[in-house]
Amino acid sequence: MIVAEASYPEDLRYHADHDWARIDPAQPDEATFGITWYAQDTLGEVVFFEAPTVGSTVSKDEPYTEVESVKAVSDVIAPLSGEILAVNEALAASPETINEDPYGDGWLVRVKLTDPSEADGLMDAAAYEETLPAG
Amino acid sequence: MALASVSVSTEAALRRTPLHDRHRAAGAKLVPFAGWEMPIQYAGIREEHLAVRRAAGVFDVSHMGQVTTRGPEAQALLQRLVSNDLRRLPEGGAQYSVLCNESGGVLDDLYTYRLAECEFLTVTNASNHARDFDWFCAHAADFDADVSDVADELAMLAVQGPLARPLVRSLSDGPLPPRFHLVERSVAGASALVCGTGYTGEDGVELLLDPGDAGTVWDALLVGGAQPAGLGARDTLRLEACYHLYGNDLSEDRDPIGAGLGWCCKEQMGFIGSEHVAAARAAGPAERLVPFVIEGPGIARQGNPVIGGGIVTSGSFSPCLGRGIGMAYVSADRAAPDTPLQIDVRGSVREARVARKPLFEKG
Repeated sequence: MIVAEASYPEDLRYHADHDWARIDPAQPDEATFGITWYAQDTLGEVVFFEAPTVGSTVSKDEPYTEVESVKAVSDVIAPLSGEILAVNEALAASPETINEDPYGDGWLVRVKLTDPSEADGLMDAAAYEETLPAG
Repeated sequence: MALASVSVSTEAALRRTPLHDRHRAAGAKLVPFAGWEMPIQYAGIREEHLAVRRAAGVFDVSHMGQVTTRGPEAQALLQRLVSNDLRRLPEGGAQYSVLCNESGGVLDDLYTYRLAECEFLTVTNASNHARDFDWFCAHAADFDADVSDVADELAMLAVQGPLARPLVRSLSDGPLPPRFHLVERSVAGASALVCGTGYTGEDGVELLLDPGDAGTVWDALLVGGAQPAGLGARDTLRLEACYHLYGNDLSEDRDPIGAGLGWCCKEQMGFIGSEHVAAARAAGPAERLVPFVIEGPGIARQGNPVIGGGIVTSGSFSPCLGRGIGMAYVSADRAAPDTPLQIDVRGSVREARVARKPLFEKG
């Protein structure tokens, strides 16, 4: 298993439940969601991901899908509210991409945001890293 | 991401094995397990699992308990407690059995070794060790036998995989015992009881050691090429092999017959609970424990209901088969291999079918 080193990119917004949202300033009413390096590292190698349905709605702070490692299943929490525009179809065949590239090819869903101002309530990378256990 | 299933491993009350520093050095993730701080994985469950299937892995199982039973009536006492026929256990032999309560419910599953004519060593599950020892003591009064808790005096390593025996042999001062036997050897310079047993479905040995020697032996095994493997891989390996896990597949509420362990129950020997076990055998169990595979996507987990009746007691992902596998109690009329099952996995219906044991067999 090849796992990227611990990292928390500056351009993402972070939710306390170890999820990230990437919002392009040129398109502030859409976001891409994924899970953080810490989340995938804690979970272990992801062996199963079933993408949610395109068109379904997600609510900030609520689970919208699951990721499963060998030993456990974990809910994935939506960092923001909206409607799913696209899902990462490639993860069905290679869910381990979530471990290998959690901020890139391991993205989970793309969402049309209901209220882009919700993003103001998310953390920047430094604040999120502060929440993680030392070591 | 809700990481509720992941526990913080810094509770002061947790016990540590003599290899704790080695685990940290090897990059282990440590989790609480049965009162111990244990490595759940090092390199990753899949990698460790495959290392055991293809080469050799070493597990620290020092959390497991050991009880010795000694004296002129040691065999009589043990025969009152464990379900198998101790007359069939030769000196230097190992025998699997269950420990039942008065109603035939399973208190634990055990390996007993006969060290000498009137001296036995029984290996217990960590989560049950204190209860087992109390149970042994409570029934010892009527027998001329001494029961001792020796769990603190022994570290235990399981070396498993097709290369496990050659590796341990290269560190030993003599040949290794055949399967289900044990022998005393010097391993990497340390005095060890080498047992031809394991919990992975692979060949290999388990080593009982003085805790002070565990580090030296661990180091030698790693230098010899063994992959450190954690409780995560131990669970997926035993599940592919269809070995029971106490607390999942066995409990006080289940009898050994429904669990498929009738083969290690010799009711005529008169162990505690034997009349209930005999009755369950005669009547036929209402539910049987069966292995299953998930036919499509999804992974069933412990506690998931089987639609139409039944429950998953162990469920995980099989690194060798690349799909969800598990064991479930289902009504006896649905226990035949190839019977289709539907499992409710957190609201999604997953198609499964009853499989044959073991779920994975080396080709």
